[in-house]
Amino acid sequence: MITREDVEHVAELARLELTAAEKEQFIAQLNNILTYFEKLNELDTSDVEPTSQVIPMSNVFRDDAVQPSLDRTKVLQNAPEESHFFFKVPRIIEE
Amino acid sequence: MDLHALTIHELQDLLGTREVSARDLTEAFYRRIAALDDRVHAYVTLTPEQAFEQADRADHRRQMGESGPLLGIPLAIKDVICTAGIRTTCGSKILHNFVPPYDATVIEHLTAAGVIVLGKTNMDEFAMGLSTEHSASGITHNPWDLSAIPGGSSGGSAAAVAADECAAALGSDTGGSVRQPAACCGIVGLKPTYGRVSRYGLVAFASSLDQIGPMTKDVRDAALIMNVIGGNDPRDSTSAAMPMPDFTRALTGSATGLRLGIPREYFVGGIDSAVEQAVQAAVQVLEEVGATTAEVALPHSEYGVAAYYILAPSEASSNLARYDGIKYGYRTPQWSNLRDMYMHTRDEGFGAEVKRRIMLGTYALSAGYYEAYYQKAQQVRTLILRDFEEAFRHVDVIVAPTAPTPAFKIGEKTDDPLQMYLSDVFTVPVNLAGLPGISVPCGFNSAGLPIGLQIIGKPFDEETILRVAHAFEQHTDYHRRKPPL
Repeated sequence: MITREDVEHVAELARLELTAAEKEQFIAQLNNILTYFEKLNELDTSDVEPTSQVIPMSNVFRDDAVQPSLDRTKVLQNAPEESHFFFKVPRIIEE
Repeated sequence: MDLHALTIHELQDLLGTREVSARDLTEAFYRRIAALDDRVHAYVTLTPEQAFEQADRADHRRQMGESGPLLGIPLAIKDVICTAGIRTTCGSKILHNFVPPYDATVIEHLTAAGVIVLGKTNMDEFAMGLSTEHSASGITHNPWDLSAIPGGSSGGSAAAVAADECAAALGSDTGGSVRQPAACCGIVGLKPTYGRVSRYGLVAFASSLDQIGPMTKDVRDAALIMNVIGGNDPRDSTSAAMPMPDFTRALTGSATGLRLGIPREYFVGGIDSAVEQAVQAAVQVLEEVGATTAEVALPHSEYGVAAYYILAPSEASSNLARYDGIKYGYRTPQWSNLRDMYMHTRDEGFGAEVKRRIMLGTYALSAGYYEAYYQKAQQVRTLILRDFEEAFRHVDVIVAPTAPTPAFKIGEKTDDPLQMYLSDVFTVPVNLAGLPGISVPCGFNSAGLPIGLQIIGKPFDEETILRVAHAFEQHTDYHRRKPPL
């Protein structure tokens, strides 16, 4: 069973500020879904290799050639706040 | 003549003889959009200024002697695919003002082929959903019944094609998001093999599952678009270095000698009787045009939804960590420190379904639960993959319903996410196994809602599923029917 504390802990990990109503809803819905996931325990997978992706490829290399970067002005136009060609971010070191 | 109702290859015939220009077509589609989209709401953004420039360029190229199957053809693009200079929102408030500084590889290919982009289509936020009810830009309606969902997450693209608001469209498919809306809207939708089409510029949902695919009025159009968008791309290290055939050569009109597998697990429990009858009738049609059938076993199908709804949200929770209010997208107006800014930006920027999946994925990956959920689901993914490998030792394609029911009513399942997820039962195993799958119209229920036939192929064998789909289409007229708009 997923508890209110679990939901608050996971929301903190995911950096989601949830309202009290959202928390209540998620406790119910996530429990419902996680109960359904228990279906997987019907299967014995102790000798089964996990699949993370289906293409039999690894170590795809390319030449380390210099290529043009994205246009700086266009990129910064999307920034919530910018200053002198930099992204402006909230202070992270306390005075 | 209703230009907007024609397929790409029919429009190309008219463009080739100079009976119409690309500008004429562009005008015709914008007239159609102006007349209908208030009711359908397929589009999030229209781009007439750029579209008419592209049309004039296509007409000029033709005057200079150029030709090509997509030259001067107006398309719609799902709003999850980056278009340089055109807002790309993913149906999310968190990207409400995002203007990509680059084109996705598929857009580069289409532009080089002379396509006109009419606009960007609505979708479930970050492609999470199968009803297009979870978009910050509102709900899209099914052209066959405006009170029904168009399917999703590529519901805007499917509705735009079905309502003749474009010649064809691109969608993306992570767990059925091209095939299921195609089925709901009575059109053709192809999910290519994982790795066939570059994902560069496709905003990531679940990176081991996502593929871009065509949504079209017939099978030939799907082959024509595949010819242009497929192929290896150095900018996507998961795009496969496989030879690209001319997919139209597979369209022989015959299924002679092909072995169809019918998975018995897809016809038990929960399947709508009209869907079952339509799919059984479709199998008979395919037998009449030369195919043989055999029952195949996919015993782990029933675990597909559970495995998918662990793996896809896990990958999503990681992919969506990038939306932090720093480099692009929405930032909360009120915050006191960095952590506070993250928390409020993400709370205000994401909708309920996206938050639910981020929570699920974060939980499944968190300390103490990783083995029980994420690793277990990856192991079940292996079992599902092996089922298909075994089945394809005996048959060339697998034939099944695309979705267990026709389109349901708007609002019918929004309060019960698990019920919504269970509707993905026939499509998610195909993504987990990375296989190509196509949905073609194969009938209607008594309420007049379309039903889709799903044809699943071996890895990188889109040709055979296109061949079977085309043979079916040649002997039926479901794909030619138009919604009563």
